[in-house]
Amino acid sequence: MNNGSKKIEVQKLNAWFGATHALRDVSLSVEQNSVLAVIGPSGCGKTTFVRCINRMHELSPSARQSGRILVDGQDLHARGVDPVDLRRRVGMVFQRANPFPTMSIYDNVAAGLILNGIGGKHRDLVEKSLRQAALWDEVKDRLPQSPLSLSGGQQQRLCIARALTIGPEVLLMDEPASALDPIATAKIEELIRELQESLTIVIVTHNMQQAARVSDWTAFFYLGELVEHGKTEQIFSNPREPRTEDYVTGKFG
Amino acid sequence: MPEEAPRARVNLPDRAWALGQGVLGGGVLVVGALILLELWRVAAPALQKVGLWHFITGTTWDPVRDLYGALPFIYGTVVTSVLGLLIALPVSLGLALFLTEMSPPRFRTAISFPISLLAGIPSVVYGLWGLFVLVPILRHKVEPFLSATLGFLPFFRGAEIGLGYLAAGVILAIMILPTITSISIEVLMTVPGPLREAALALGATRWEAIRIAVLPHARAGILGATILGLGRALGETMAVTMVIGNSLNISLSLFAPGYSLPAIIANEFAEASGVLHTGALAALGLILFIVTLLLNILARLLVRMSRRGPARVTA
Repeated sequence: MNNGSKKIEVQKLNAWFGATHALRDVSLSVEQNSVLAVIGPSGCGKTTFVRCINRMHELSPSARQSGRILVDGQDLHARGVDPVDLRRRVGMVFQRANPFPTMSIYDNVAAGLILNGIGGKHRDLVEKSLRQAALWDEVKDRLPQSPLSLSGGQQQRLCIARALTIGPEVLLMDEPASALDPIATAKIEELIRELQESLTIVIVTHNMQQAARVSDWTAFFYLGELVEHGKTEQIFSNPREPRTEDYVTGKFG
Repeated sequence: MPEEAPRARVNLPDRAWALGQGVLGGGVLVVGALILLELWRVAAPALQKVGLWHFITGTTWDPVRDLYGALPFIYGTVVTSVLGLLIALPVSLGLALFLTEMSPPRFRTAISFPISLLAGIPSVVYGLWGLFVLVPILRHKVEPFLSATLGFLPFFRGAEIGLGYLAAGVILAIMILPTITSISIEVLMTVPGPLREAALALGATRWEAIRIAVLPHARAGILGATILGLGRALGETMAVTMVIGNSLNISLSLFAPGYSLPAIIANEFAEASGVLHTGALAALGLILFIVTLLLNILARLLVRMSRRGPARVTA
């Protein structure tokens, strides 16, 4: 499944909010078509980490960062890299489903196409990404309706479909299932496994079982530091660091 | 808060407090109703004599011959208020969007505070400023320029006096700017961050995020802010009286002097003699009162709707 090439490379990444040092010297890389799970207790910098990868971090007032992040070998902060273009290649799904409430289900999925001036048959692309997000059968007869008529899990899959329409290479997921029930969560996890064939995925999760189920690689963050990064089986069965072991076995967190 | 407090908890101070609040709150409504009633009582003889329709559509206002037509005042009020709104709305909205979406938070207080101070300047001061600063500028610079460039439109023709609809409209724009801006800022701040981020994460520019995520969410509230501004413009008396020219006139030209409902009431009420003259002025007041009351109710409903968020993001 993995061809071994590095899709994302993070080198000595530091991030701050005002005086708060949220990430300290984080270095790791993510292979193409792999799933990286980012785990750790609240406030450990997981979310900040993924938000650096599509340059959403810098949108917060008082946010700063240093270090380098390369996607396909290209530095995100190099001169001439437009964050708007970058975010088209690196999509994001948020913790709480956030469909555009005033748009129809269809328009939500098509929004990215219109924003980025992508021509062609929108209807086909919308159907394709709704199918990819395993939502098509549930919404095909109600595309003109408001997304708020959908359940929480359906809304989250709608947001995934919306992110997929513009054809990103990387998908960042910030605790995408934390507000969902077990059945909706299972659907999202299944989806992640399928999407992996065409995408590279970084998923932040609070749920250790989820990390074990969906990911190939796992990174454990604690107090802004990357404590351990390795194959998921190894992190969960045979962690090198005692702190990792304490966390994955539920001694703290 | 529990839906029904147990009976034992309802103690005397609570009851007294609730009663006091009820009396005070009800008192406000009673005062409003009494004003309406009194206006009606004074206005009734004039309205009966002239007839409501003739009163509203008549263009002659001659207390000596007891001829009362309100159209020039209604027209002046509507034209100046709408003009003020047309000038103030884009500026206010742009300012509010800039302060909430673009500028650093420090900047927001630094700018929005002086803007809200504008609302506290007495309107007679606006009128004086209008008379001594704005009117000469309009007469010598703006009106010649407008008639030279846009003179083919009927709005920008005629004698360039300075005093008139345009001067009143500009003054009103400045006076309602703080209202619209500060309410718009408040409404825009209620737009959920995740909604904005959803657009940005899809590769939207800031402007596109405003267009597809922020504005649709804030639309009702901004409309409400606008109507509140309009309500204020309709009722503004002093500043308008000082710069509108006080001339019984209905003219398409914005350069022309006109009259407004509050201005005529303020100018004539003290010297009004006779039941009919006083009554006609009260009827003008009644028209103004009802229109602004309805607009205010509509505006508050819209603002509240957007605060509650008819389109909330749910998980």
